[in-house]
Amino acid sequence: MTAVNEWAFIGIFLAVAWVLPAAPLLVSWIFRPRRANAIKMQTYECGVETVGDTWVQFKVQYYIYGLIFLVFDVELVLLFPWALAYNQLDFFAFGAGLLFIFLLADALVYAWRKNALEWA
Amino acid sequence: MLQLPSLETLNMGAALPAISIAAWACILLLIDLWIPKDRKILTVYLAAGNLVFAFIANLLVFNQSGDSFMGMYVADQFSGVMNLIIIGTALLSIVLSFDYLKRVGIERGEYYVLVLFVTAGAMFMAAANDLILIFVALELLSIPLYVLSAFRAPDIRSEEAGMKYFLLGAFASAFLVFGGAMVYGATGTTNLNEIAASAGMIIASNSSTSLFLLLGAALLLVGLGFKVAAVPFHEWTPDVYEGAPTPVTAFMSVAAKLGGFGSLLRILVVGMSAVTMTAGEPAVWQNVVAILAGLTMIVGNIVALSQANIKRMLAYSSIANAGYILMAVAAAGSPGLANEATRGALVYMLAYMFTNMGAFAVVIAVERANGGADLEHFVGLGKARPMLAIMMVVFMMSLTGIPLTGGFIGKALVFATTLNAGLVWLAIIGVLTSVVSAYYYVRVIVNMFLRDAEASTEEATPGYSTGVQWVAAVALGGTVLLGVLPTLITVLTDRVSLVASITP
Repeated sequence: MTAVNEWAFIGIFLAVAWVLPAAPLLVSWIFRPRRANAIKMQTYECGVETVGDTWVQFKVQYYIYGLIFLVFDVELVLLFPWALAYNQLDFFAFGAGLLFIFLLADALVYAWRKNALEWA
Repeated sequence: MLQLPSLETLNMGAALPAISIAAWACILLLIDLWIPKDRKILTVYLAAGNLVFAFIANLLVFNQSGDSFMGMYVADQFSGVMNLIIIGTALLSIVLSFDYLKRVGIERGEYYVLVLFVTAGAMFMAAANDLILIFVALELLSIPLYVLSAFRAPDIRSEEAGMKYFLLGAFASAFLVFGGAMVYGATGTTNLNEIAASAGMIIASNSSTSLFLLLGAALLLVGLGFKVAAVPFHEWTPDVYEGAPTPVTAFMSVAAKLGGFGSLLRILVVGMSAVTMTAGEPAVWQNVVAILAGLTMIVGNIVALSQANIKRMLAYSSIANAGYILMAVAAAGSPGLANEATRGALVYMLAYMFTNMGAFAVVIAVERANGGADLEHFVGLGKARPMLAIMMVVFMMSLTGIPLTGGFIGKALVFATTLNAGLVWLAIIGVLTSVVSAYYYVRVIVNMFLRDAEASTEEATPGYSTGVQWVAAVALGGTVLLGVLPTLITVLTDRVSLVASITP
C-alpha cells in the first residue's frame, strides 16, 4: 500500500468524524416542528429554576482539598495497575511503587501536620 | 512482558550526591514539622549538613565516571564540576538566608527544604543524558523556585514575582516538552547519545524528518533559553529578581542558570554536535546560539545602564552574563572545540557564582542597614562601612572582568574559545559590551566612595550578621583566588570532556 493510501484513511476518518455528529443535527433541524413559546426558549427547558448570580465565591479552602484530592486521584491511577500486576513484578517495579507510596505519604503527613485536613 | 532492570544495573552509586540531596529533602520536610518555631536554626544545620555530605561524596566519586538509571544519568567530570558549583551555591545561599528570613519574618523550615529540592534539580539537569530526565529535573528545579520567589507572600512584589515566574516558567516548560517530542519523533529515542548517533544521518538525508529534528532542537533551545534568561526570553528576569526575597534572588540567579546551561551544553554538545550540513563544518545551531548570545549581551548590558535599583541592575547583569556563557556554548558548535568551550563555560560559571553570591550578600547587608537596595542606599558606604564597600568593589570589578578577579579569568577563557571557533564578530560584541558594562558597575563604586551621604550621620545598626559576613568573605576569597590562581579550578576542569566518545 502506498503512502497516499495510508493518508487517505485519515482523510476518510476526518470526513466521517464530521458527518456523524452533524447528520442528526441536520435531520432534526429539517423535520422538527417550529412552535416556539416563552418556556421553550429558556436555556434549560426543564429542571429547577436558576437562583442568583453564577459569579459566587467559593471558600478558598476548597483549593487545598482539591490539591489533596488530586494527589490521591493520581495515586489511584498509577497504583491500580501496579497492584493488579503485583505477582509478575520484579524487585525494581516493586521498589518504584514503594518509592511512589513513600512520596505520597510524605506529602500526606506534611499536609496533616500543617492542619490542611481540618475544616476550619 | 516489559523488560525491567535489576537494581544492580541502575548503578545508583554514581548519582549518590544528587540522590542524597533529593532524598534528604523529602525526609527533612517531615523532620522540620516537629522542630519548634524558635529553633529553625536546626533545620538550617540539617540542610547544610546534607549539602556538605553531598559535596564530599561528589569529591570522592569525582574520578569515577559512570552512568545510572540505564544511561539517563551520566556521572562524569562535567557533572562533577557542576555539582561542586551547584552545592557551593546552595550552601552559600542557605547561610545567607537564615538571618534575612528572621528579619523579614518569613522564617519557615520549608524554605531550606525547597532550596534542597532546587539543588537536586540543578544537579540532575547537569547530569541528565535523556530528554525525559531533563524535563523532570527542570521541573524539580523550577517549581520550588516559583514557591521561593513568592515566599514573602503578603508582600505584593514577592507575590507578583512568584506568579510571573510561574506563568512564564510553565510556558517555557511547554516549549521544552514539545521540542523533546519533536526530537523523539525524528530520532525515535530520548537518549542523547542515541540522538547523536542518528542525528547526523537524519540531517544528511535532508528529508522532512530533518525538519522535525531542527524544529525540536530549536524548541528545546527556547525552553532552556527561558531558564537561563537569554534574550529574547528574558522579560521575566528583572521583575522576578526584584520582587523575590534577596537571598532567593541570589540563589536562583546562579542555580537556575547552572542547571539550564548544564542541560543546554549536554543537549547541544552531546546530542546535537553532529547536526551539520557537511561533515567537519560547525553544527547548524552554532549561528543561532551565537546570535542569541550577541543579543543577550547587548540588551542585558545596555538596559542595565539605566537601572537605579541594584537588584534590578544585577538582574540585567545576570542576563548579560548568560550571554557570555552562551558565547562559549556557541563556540562548542565548532568541531574539536567542544571540550575547550565547555571548560571555559565551567570556569566562567564558577567565577560568576562566587561574584554574584558576594554581590548579593553585600546587597542584603545594605538592605538591612539602609532599608533598601536602590543606588541611593549605597551612597557613602565607603565611609560608613569600608570593609563592605571594598568587598563590593571587588565583586563589581569581577563582574566587569578586570584582571586579578575570577571574572577576568572566566571572560578570558570564553573569549579565547570564541576566537578559536572563528566567531570574531561575537567576540568583538563581547568585548564592547564588557566595556559598556564597566559604566554601571563602576557607578556603584563611585556612589559608594565619591559621593557623601547627605544626612545619614546617625549611628547605623550593625549592617550584617555573621552569616552574611561569612558568605561575603568566602565569595571574596573565591573571586580573588580564582583570579590569582586559576589553576586551582582548571586542574579540575581540564579533565572535563563532554564529547570524548563523539569527536576524536
